[in-house]
Amino acid sequence: MTGTGQPPPRVRVTAPRSDARRRPQLLVQEIDEQTELGEVYVRSLLWAQLRLSLGILVSLGLIVGCLPLLFTIAPQLLGRTLFGMPLTWGLLGFLVYPVLLLLGWFYVRRAERHERSFSDLVER
Amino acid sequence: MSHAGGITAVVVVSVLTLGIGIWGLRFSRTTSDFFVASRTVRPGLNASAIGGEYLSAASFLGVAGLILTFGADMLWYPVGWTAGYLVLLVLVAAPLRRSGAYTLPDFAEARLGSRQVRALTSLLVVAIGWLYLIPQFQGAGFTLRLATGIDAPTGGLVVATVVLASVLSGGMRSVTFVQAFQYWLKLTALLVPLVFLLLVWMGDGSPSPANPVYDVATQTGSWADPLSGHGAGAASHPLYTTYSIIIATFLGTMGLPHVVVRFYTNPDGRAARRTTLVVLGLLGMFYVLPPVYGALGRIYAGDLIAAGRSDAVVLELPSRMIGGTLGELLSALLIAGAFAAFLSTSSGLTVAVAGVISQDVMQRWLPGVTAFRLAAVVAVVLPYALAVAAQNVGVATAVGLAFAVSASTFCPLLVLGIWWSRLTDAGAYAGLLVGGFFSGIAVVRTFFSVGGSSWFSAFLAQPAAWTVPLAFLTMVGVSLLTPQRRSPHVRTFMIRLHAPEGVPLHRG
Repeated sequence: MTGTGQPPPRVRVTAPRSDARRRPQLLVQEIDEQTELGEVYVRSLLWAQLRLSLGILVSLGLIVGCLPLLFTIAPQLLGRTLFGMPLTWGLLGFLVYPVLLLLGWFYVRRAERHERSFSDLVER
Repeated sequence: MSHAGGITAVVVVSVLTLGIGIWGLRFSRTTSDFFVASRTVRPGLNASAIGGEYLSAASFLGVAGLILTFGADMLWYPVGWTAGYLVLLVLVAAPLRRSGAYTLPDFAEARLGSRQVRALTSLLVVAIGWLYLIPQFQGAGFTLRLATGIDAPTGGLVVATVVLASVLSGGMRSVTFVQAFQYWLKLTALLVPLVFLLLVWMGDGSPSPANPVYDVATQTGSWADPLSGHGAGAASHPLYTTYSIIIATFLGTMGLPHVVVRFYTNPDGRAARRTTLVVLGLLGMFYVLPPVYGALGRIYAGDLIAAGRSDAVVLELPSRMIGGTLGELLSALLIAGAFAAFLSTSSGLTVAVAGVISQDVMQRWLPGVTAFRLAAVVAVVLPYALAVAAQNVGVATAVGLAFAVSASTFCPLLVLGIWWSRLTDAGAYAGLLVGGFFSGIAVVRTFFSVGGSSWFSAFLAQPAAWTVPLAFLTMVGVSLLTPQRRSPHVRTFMIRLHAPEGVPLHRG
């Protein structure tokens, strides 16, 4: 602008909105520095995983672990057949294995999902 | 049975095992390869290796023998040995891999920072490993006697020698190939003869195995029904015994020394989980088979019960039901599978036990590799001597006790160590002592075979239902009483255990 008499174009001066533009601190650092916020994230991951694991163990207990009790309470079940053999043999000899695999598959899927959302959250 | 087929089977499996081990060595170039296969084993291969290592003589021969003798309640052993991997998967697999610990003593020391806990853990690893090895050598002895005609101590010696040779020559990576091969061999060796046996059975008009002819007079219950008290020792308390077996097998798997070592060969925690899931599938596929042998044995080989040779039922069925050349071929295949079962489990246990002995005892005086080799010799020779000296309590019974000790000691250590940050070294030490002591009493009593049908003897025959809660309570109680002894690094360690590897966090 070399003195032609014209005023310079107006420039709007603003301060950056600190919380929106500037990243305050990475969550990873929060965790490393053991701040309260970091603690919350770590603990939420741990609890999510523990709840999932306990859920699977309770299902295992209810589906498989209760069988002996069931046979004691309701011995008339023993007369039933499954796949042409006594019920106990069908359940414990064959059917129980796909059930275990299914529980494991469900667990792996959910546990990986928890870890993905934790990574996404703290690395964003 | 002629011995030619049996001898051939044993020789072929031994040569293949050593051969694959040496071939696998070409892929082992670094020290890291040697000990942990450089942590690059893919889930499929690793899972086959875990399956190969885990399916021992107890699974291949013992389960069928137990079912032949004691009936439906014994179905809980194979179910529990599989479900144990589900429990391991949800509580331990990924965190244990992420801990970076190669053995249980490593884990204990990293988590609790205590040399004393480490020492006690090492002692327990060796004890459980030997308790598991003794029945392997005994089973090998009688299998080889049946297959080749040599006497039982010599047969055990053959297995001990082949195990030592493969452990001394191969590293973890080459062992991975050997174990994976042995899983598929064991599966084939049970599956193929079973197809023929079932055809013969159907040709005979599919008779029911629930035949009362072989029931010993004093036993009241029916063989095919659960909880009928159809079994010695446990006769009066079947429900307690069943639940104790369930607790021991579901919770004991995670603490077996040869199982823990395998997790370190996974690249990361996520792979450890996926590997375990594949193992669940592989074990389920396998464990469907042995009970069928037990049930067929009821019809065709019931006299084995009275002869006290029920563990031989798997090997004897082909010659009894089919006979001729085909029967001998199938027998040879089964002998090959059984021999592979002894070799794979014994090598895995030997590596695990020798690792601990060399690390914690011998390395003070000897250089690394020499220490490991000498430790491997000790790890094999001592249980072999015990196997010759001790009476045969049945393959699956002895292995079942190893699970009970593991569930009463390492299960609480791992579960609380991974999920409860307030565990202290004093708490862990007390819990290991209490759990190890009481389950140990049960072991000694079983080996000296003090029978009985009182509640007291039922408690000692299957101790897990009370020793496991007792160990947990001791660990929690003493830890709460000693809060000043919590490890100062527990927070970073918890992050290392549970945060996925990709996140750039400080992990201590």
